[in-house]
Amino acid sequence: MDALIQEFPLFWSGFLGTLRLALFAAVGSLVFGTLLASFRVSPLPPLRFVGLAWVTVFRNSPLVVVLFVFAFALPQVGIRFPTFNGNAFFWPGVAGLAAYTAAFVCEAVRAGINAVPPGQAEAARAVGLTFGQSLGTIVLPQALRSVVPPLGSVIIAMIKNSAIVGAFGVTGELFSVDGALSATGVYPALSILTGIAVCYLVITIPAGIGLNVLERRIEVKR
Amino acid sequence: MTTTPMIRMAAVDKHFGDLHVLRDINLEVATGQVVVVLGPSGSGKSTLCRTINRLEPIDSGTIEVDGEKLPEEGRALAALRADVGMVFQSFNLFAHKTILENVTLAPVKVRRTGRADAEKNGMALLERVGIANQRDKYPAQLSGGQQQRAAIARALAMRPKVMLFDEPTSALDPEMVNEVLDVMTTLAAEGMTMLVVTHEMGFARRAAHRVIFMADGEIVEDSTPDAFFSQPASDRAKDFLGKILTH
Repeated sequence: MDALIQEFPLFWSGFLGTLRLALFAAVGSLVFGTLLASFRVSPLPPLRFVGLAWVTVFRNSPLVVVLFVFAFALPQVGIRFPTFNGNAFFWPGVAGLAAYTAAFVCEAVRAGINAVPPGQAEAARAVGLTFGQSLGTIVLPQALRSVVPPLGSVIIAMIKNSAIVGAFGVTGELFSVDGALSATGVYPALSILTGIAVCYLVITIPAGIGLNVLERRIEVKR
Repeated sequence: MTTTPMIRMAAVDKHFGDLHVLRDINLEVATGQVVVVLGPSGSGKSTLCRTINRLEPIDSGTIEVDGEKLPEEGRALAALRADVGMVFQSFNLFAHKTILENVTLAPVKVRRTGRADAEKNGMALLERVGIANQRDKYPAQLSGGQQQRAAIARALAMRPKVMLFDEPTSALDPEMVNEVLDVMTTLAAEGMTMLVVTHEMGFARRAAHRVIFMADGEIVEDSTPDAFFSQPASDRAKDFLGKILTH
């Protein structure tokens, strides 16, 4: 308990760091994952291939490997990320986390697309909407309603996965608090880790509640 | 007669796997004509209807709408579909849009009509099919008959050259069939070119200029309603009429 009180500023900045990381990665993965899902149901074979390839690679690779590729391998081949407040690993961390999570978002959204009755897309095409218009105005809005619960699980898993980003060097992130404090040898690991776990719960539990509210708000009116 | 038919199908063939669902279909529908397609289930009549706006692609042959060959998938096909109204057995109203939004969506998105004009025209159409008071409800809140009338209004909102009806009353409770048929009969009387797949013999007698009878993927008879119902030429048509008219 002492550790939490005395090192509150450190925990607080870690909390904010994780929140920031999670927000960027959540927005990135939701947008990109939805785009990938529309690739996967597109009438154009090359787009379908890109979607399938992305999902196959990122869903089946360990997140640690993905993050190391973004942080260390990509810069070696000339793909550099800008620094964030002097931290070179922030954007690679966000990008890696978003790229990995997008594969899961894609599959959840695709399940939602498949759950929309095919007559909806047929009617959309029959009145002259293009594929993109039909997907964007008729199919996706209905699909997203049914995928809020699974997407919530994906995003909560992503918030927890963001701890790995701290483990490889994004300082100012919650899990890196452990490294900073246990190195001093002053506090027992148990209280530090309990404090960190509580901070994660403070992010993930309200996120879950928020998703429930969202789900009720966009329910199909009958 | 050298005028261009509204619909022309020539040597059209289609398979679903091993099933030869359309066999060498040749059909011309003149502008303003109302054609009813009859036949036992599995005869290919719904498929025929759905090939005309390419909801079902064909294996071989030619389909033209108003002299224009059906384009491949893409923008040109979308533009052609905008001119061909379609009414489905299961209504397929956009479930997350209100009735008025259902009717105005395509004019705004496809025709680039201004929202105010689209709503004015949409309300006039809802008035015409008798459900103007349902404008702000969602499809699931309406009865089947009301939904199908809304679907007809949605198709008409695009000012189509031709209307396709794919068993429009087959999913309705019996007491709602007539309210939909009345709308269709009025439309026919106003000169709309229509191709109607149906089991409603009364509608065929009353509103059709021409009856097509299909069996096993082929057009077996092509005649006037009077001739078809009083003296069908083929055994298959006699058998079909015998089954449905005896009760």
